[in-house]
Amino acid sequence: MSNPKYLLFPGCVIPYRLSSYEISARKVLAKLGVEIVEMPEYNCCGYPMDVINHDLMLTLAARNLCIAEKVGLPIMALCNGCFCSLNETNKILKEDKKLREKINGYLKEVGMEFKGTTEVKHLVYVLSEDVGFEKIKNSVIRPLAGVRVAQHSGCHVLRPRKYVGRDDPENPTTLKELVRLTGAECLDYMDESACCGNPIIGVNEDVPFQMAKEKLEHVRAVGAQALITVCPFCHIMFDLNQPRIERAFNEKFNLPVLHYPQLLGLAMGFSPDELALNELRVKPTELLNLIKF
Amino acid sequence: MSETRSEAREYAPPVIKAEELDPKFKYKISKMPGAEKIMACFQCGTCTADCPIARFSEFYRPRRIARMVQLGLKDRLLSDKALWLCSACFTCVDHCPQDVEIAGIVRVLRNMAVAEKNVLPLVYKELATNLMKSGFVYEIPETRLQKRVEQGLPPLPKPNVSQVVKIFEVTGSARLLEKVQTVAKVESR
Repeated sequence: MSNPKYLLFPGCVIPYRLSSYEISARKVLAKLGVEIVEMPEYNCCGYPMDVINHDLMLTLAARNLCIAEKVGLPIMALCNGCFCSLNETNKILKEDKKLREKINGYLKEVGMEFKGTTEVKHLVYVLSEDVGFEKIKNSVIRPLAGVRVAQHSGCHVLRPRKYVGRDDPENPTTLKELVRLTGAECLDYMDESACCGNPIIGVNEDVPFQMAKEKLEHVRAVGAQALITVCPFCHIMFDLNQPRIERAFNEKFNLPVLHYPQLLGLAMGFSPDELALNELRVKPTELLNLIKF
Repeated sequence: MSETRSEAREYAPPVIKAEELDPKFKYKISKMPGAEKIMACFQCGTCTADCPIARFSEFYRPRRIARMVQLGLKDRLLSDKALWLCSACFTCVDHCPQDVEIAGIVRVLRNMAVAEKNVLPLVYKELATNLMKSGFVYEIPETRLQKRVEQGLPPLPKPNVSQVVKIFEVTGSARLLEKVQTVAKVESR
């Protein structure tokens, strides 16, 4: 079987403030033989614009899909939000002929047409479906034995079930399996598939802070040494905002939050520097001591 | 819990007047993609029980939004601050026993509030402005783009900004954004 080949969709927030995710993802994907092609002239996936105008979201997403169709490769998203809008738009426009005609009317103005010939996957599903658990397991040369972590898949890699239709949103197992392949223990905790709260933080801070605090409490309660994420927005909520949450509730969590490819990368033998672990807000010092880095 | 309930009652406007009701509203909503099933809601409240926002907000109640649509309380709905608190986690969509996509209905109402009441939380106007300027919802500074390359990442592909602007224009979004009045923050209690 030939190696999987994808157009990488980094989105907006990753190049803006979370290069650590892209750096570590590219490292592990290269090692696993996934070929990455840069996506020419891509724009915002459209997700945040759904609030303003649904047609705008669909057309912005569809423009990206048209680029992928033209190149002739599927899209890999690193961000749950990008995966949500691109995957959903792709599926809706493939099914709904009337809506497709309407959106193609807009796309005509920029010389494009949605044909419905591409696919969209999140990094998690590229790893679990295209690369496969066996190959990932074989790539681990420094098993993270004795490390106890928890995972947070995030909403849009699971829901809505109707459009994602892969993992079980009530009891997600894909990311857990991926974590366990590194040799680390992946702990169960309360309300694993609950939202991080980040999507409304620009509108209201109280609710998202309470949501994230509760999640951090649940993760701490089972004794996890780190939380593993696969979405830049969830990561920002738990890592970058952790000091603010600690101040708001007079709590101390000191819980490192790693992008999944950083965890996998450590198990593959990459150094913390190669995986940009120094860019994390909450330093994973104890975790690195534990695995003797 | 009883405290939360009494506060929720205080928030509820006292009486619904018949002249406030727009009997055609639910039909109009049910023609929008994502909101087709609104009439199937039988008010079981699963959406509210499982909503992570409702857990921490004293008035955000998805079931209430669904009922207000069915009753045709259009004006109240479109000026209701609750509309902006949905995080689009889609738990309500997955859990609804009647396949009502509550999050889709909230999105339809948000779009309507923007188009008909000209309201929009500031953050979305800022993101849209950045998008029309740069192709991304955040304006990525030049230093950041250089740092990428220093860190061994390939240069970020250059977006086609004129095509993005064209999409804002042809979908009518640019015009909508010109006339919106922004609200800075929305309270949750």
